Amino acid sequence: MPVNETLSQYSDWSYTTAVAVYVLAMVFFLVEQSFGRKGRQAAARTRERAQELVGAGGGPVGTVAVPPPGETAGPRPPRTRAERIGRMGAALTVLGALLHLAALVLRGLATSRVPWGNMYEYIMIVCFIAVVTWLAVMRKFPVRHLSAFVLLPVVILMFVGGTWLYAVAAPLVPALQSYWLVIHVSAAASASGVFLVPGVASILYLVKARHERDPAKFARFGARLPALDVLDRIAYRTTVFAFPVFTFGVLCGAVWAEAAWGRFWGWDPKETVAFIAWVIYAAYLHSRATAGWRGNRAAIINVIGFAATVFNLFFVNLVTTGLHSYAGVS
Amino acid sequence: MTETITPQRQEYRPTPGRRVLAFLRNTWRGLTSMRTALILLFLLALAALPGALLPQRSLNEAKTREYIEAHGWWGELLDRLQFFDVYASVWFSAIYLLLMVSLVGCLLPRSVDYVRSMRAKPVLTPRNLARLPHHARAELDAAPDDVLAAANARLRGWRRAEREEQGGARSISAERGFLRETGNLAFHFGMLGLIIAFALGKMYSYEGQVIVLADGSEFCNAGIYNYDSFNPGLRVDGTELTPFCVRVNNFTAGYAESGQPVSFESDIEYQAGEDLVSGTWRPYHLEVNEPLRTQGDRVYLLGHGYAPTFTVTFPDGTSRTHTIQWRPVDQNTGLSEGATKFEPPGTTSAEERRNNQIAVTGLFAPTAAMQGSVLSSASPKLTDPAVAVDVMRGDLGVDSGRGQSIFEIDRSMVDAGRLERVARENLKVGEQLRLGDGTTVSFDGVKQWVSLQVSHDPTQIWVLGFAVVMFAGLGLSLFVKRRRLWVRVTPATTAAGERRTVVEVGGLARTDQAGYGEEFTTLAGDLLTRDRKAR
Repeated sequence: MPVNETLSQYSDWSYTTAVAVYVLAMVFFLVEQSFGRKGRQAAARTRERAQELVGAGGGPVGTVAVPPPGETAGPRPPRTRAERIGRMGAALTVLGALLHLAALVLRGLATSRVPWGNMYEYIMIVCFIAVVTWLAVMRKFPVRHLSAFVLLPVVILMFVGGTWLYAVAAPLVPALQSYWLVIHVSAAASASGVFLVPGVASILYLVKARHERDPAKFARFGARLPALDVLDRIAYRTTVFAFPVFTFGVLCGAVWAEAAWGRFWGWDPKETVAFIAWVIYAAYLHSRATAGWRGNRAAIINVIGFAATVFNLFFVNLVTTGLHSYAGVS
Repeated sequence: MTETITPQRQEYRPTPGRRVLAFLRNTWRGLTSMRTALILLFLLALAALPGALLPQRSLNEAKTREYIEAHGWWGELLDRLQFFDVYASVWFSAIYLLLMVSLVGCLLPRSVDYVRSMRAKPVLTPRNLARLPHHARAELDAAPDDVLAAANARLRGWRRAEREEQGGARSISAERGFLRETGNLAFHFGMLGLIIAFALGKMYSYEGQVIVLADGSEFCNAGIYNYDSFNPGLRVDGTELTPFCVRVNNFTAGYAESGQPVSFESDIEYQAGEDLVSGTWRPYHLEVNEPLRTQGDRVYLLGHGYAPTFTVTFPDGTSRTHTIQWRPVDQNTGLSEGATKFEPPGTTSAEERRNNQIAVTGLFAPTAAMQGSVLSSASPKLTDPAVAVDVMRGDLGVDSGRGQSIFEIDRSMVDAGRLERVARENLKVGEQLRLGDGTTVSFDGVKQWVSLQVSHDPTQIWVLGFAVVMFAGLGLSLFVKRRRLWVRVTPATTAAGERRTVVEVGGLARTDQAGYGEEFTTLAGDLLTRDRKAR
C-alpha cells in the first residue's frame, strides 16, 4: 500500500485551513455573544424561545393549544448586527466542517485505509464529530451564540494534534490491520467527539448556576447564557446519544482484543480509563434520576466524565505504555 | 373533609431482636438506595484509576519490581496496600461486591414492580386534564362513540383502558413505552450476568506463552512444562489441558520502505482431537488478529525474533551446534541479545565440566550497521546478519539450583570470578573466532522464532452474550419513552341546541426525556381533527 504524497499534502492544507476558519468563526461568535446591548437582547430572545421549547418538551406547566396550520408565532423582529455576525459565524463553521471532512477523506484516500490509524488522525476525527454534533444541537436549540465555547476546545485540540502529534501519512502496523479498526475506533472517536458537547454545556451550566445563586458572580457573562434547563437538556440529550455509542465502542474493543491480544479484557491502561469514563457517565445518567443530585452535581459529573475522556486520549497515549500505543509519536 | 380515624398507636419497645432487625433493615435500605449506588460507582472509578497510573504486576512484573525499588518506602507501602494488584485487591473487590449487592437490592423490587405494572391496567383518567403538562381540547361534531372508536384506532399499540365516568363522560387511559423498563432491567441483569461470567472466567481460564523456532519445530499443549510461562486461573492446576499440537513451518515479516512493519504471518500446521490419533496435520495461516481456534483453545501469534546458530568445535575435534532464541531489545531495528550455552563434550567429571562450559553472549543485528567496531542494526529485516559476541568460559552455574534465564548468563558467576570472558569479536555468517586453547566458535546462520500464546477461557462466550443483552437493554432504556395519554369524551349541547362532543386530551411523559411534546401535538392534532371522515 503506497502512500499518495500529493493527496496527503492536500489533506494537510485542508486541515490547516479548517482550523483557521474555525478560529475566524469563533471570533464572530464571540462578537455575537458579547457585543453590548444588542447582544444582551439576543440572549433575552434566546431565553424566551428556550422557554417555549422547554414548555413543549415536558416542562412543569403550560398548556399547548393545537396550533392552527399556516400561522406562525407573530412577526419576526429585524435581525440585529450581532445576530447577523452570528449567522455568518455559523456559515463559517459549516465551511470549516466541510474542509475538515475533506482533510479526513483525503487522508484516507492518500493511505488507502480508514483515516484513524494514529493520534493525529484520531484527534482530527474526534474534533470533526464534535463540530458536527454542535451544528446539530444548534439547529435544535437556540444556542448559536455559545458556539465559541465549543470551538475553543476543538481549535486547541486540532492545534495540538497538527503540531506536536502530527504523523506523516503511513500504512498501518500489523496489529491494526483488522476490520475492527473501522468499527471500534470509529465508535470510540464518535463517542468522544459527541462527549465534548455535553462537557462544554455542563461547564456553562455550572457558570450559569453560580450566576443565578449570586447574580454578582459572572454578572455580565452569566446573564447572557441560556436558561439552566436548556443547558441541562443539551448535556443530557447528547450524553444519552453518546453513551450507547461509547458502550458499543468498548464492547467492540473487547471483541477485537480477544482476537488480537488473546483476552477480551486485561486492564490495559486504555481499557481501564475507558472503564472509568464509562462508570462516570453511567453515574451521570443515574444522578439525573436521583433526588438531590440533579442539576449542579449532575453537571459536575458530566464535566468529570469529559475530563476522563481527555485524560484517556492524552495521558494514556503519551505517558503510560500499554498495548494501545499507536499514537505514532516518537 | 372526611375525618380519618387514627388507629391506636402501639408502643414501640426496642427489644434486642428488633434492634438487630432494624439495623439490618436500615443497612439494607441504605445500601440499596440510589445515592449509595452513585457513591459506589464513584469509588469504583476512583479505585480503578491507580491501575492505569501505576505499573501492574499482572501486566508487567519486571516494571513493577523496578518501580518499587526506585521509590523506596513509598513503593513498599503502595505494594503492601495492593496498589500493584489493583484489580485483585481487597478494596477493589469490596467496592464491586458492595455495588453488586446494591444492584441486586435495587433490581429485586424493581422486577416485582415491573411484573405488577405489566399486569395492571392503565391508571384512571385525572379529573382535570388541563392541569397536565400537555393538554388540548376541542369540540367536534362527531358522536362520542365515533370519536372513541377513532381514538382507539389511532392509539393502536398503546395499552388502553376505556372507562365510564360520572355525568355521561367516557375516557380512554393509554400508556406506552413499557419496553423502557424492560430494557432497563435487561441492561442491569445483563451486567450482573457479565460480572459473574467474568469472575468464573478468572477461575477456569489459563494463558501460556511459548517460543517456537519457525523451522518445523513443534509445540504440544500437553502440560505446563511445555510453556515458557503459564498463568493459570484459580481453579486450573494444569493437569487437564486440552491436548493439541502445533508445528511452525515458517515466519514472514513484511516491511515498508521506512522500516515500519506491515505484516507478520506464519504458516503452521496443527492437530487436535481425533487428528492426534490419526496423525493428520491441518494447515493454518497464522497472523496477527487471526488466531487459530481449536477445541476451546486459541493460539495467537504474539511476537517474533531471531535465533542465531553457533557451532563450537572443541580442541579434540568434537563439535556442538545450538540454535537458541535471542530476545529483541529494539523492536524498530530488530537488534537482539541473548546467550547460547554449551557443555564441553566427553567429560564425566562434574568439576572439569564446570570449568569448561562456554556461553556465547552478546548482540545480534539482522541488518548490520557498524559504528566503528560497535554493532547496531539498521533494519529489522534479515538482510545482512551479524553478531557481536563475548565468549565466556567457566562455570555457568546451570547446576547451582538457581533458575536461569534462557537469554542471560548468571552475572553472579562472573562477579565470583568463576566465569571469564575469553574473547570478544564481531562475526558475520560463516565467520569464526578461535580461543586460546584452539576451541573455535563459528556463527553459522540464523533462524526465526515466533512467540505463541495459548489462551483458554470457557466463559468468554457467556460474557459476550451478556454484553449483547446489556447493550440491547441500554438502547431500549435510553431511547424508549414511557408516556401516558388520556382522552375524555363528554357529550354537550350548544346554546343553539346542536349536539356536540367535547374532546379533551392530556399527556404526561413519565421519564425526563424531551420530545414527547412533538408526539403529543401530532397525536392531539389527529384526535381533535373536526372532519375525521374526510381523512
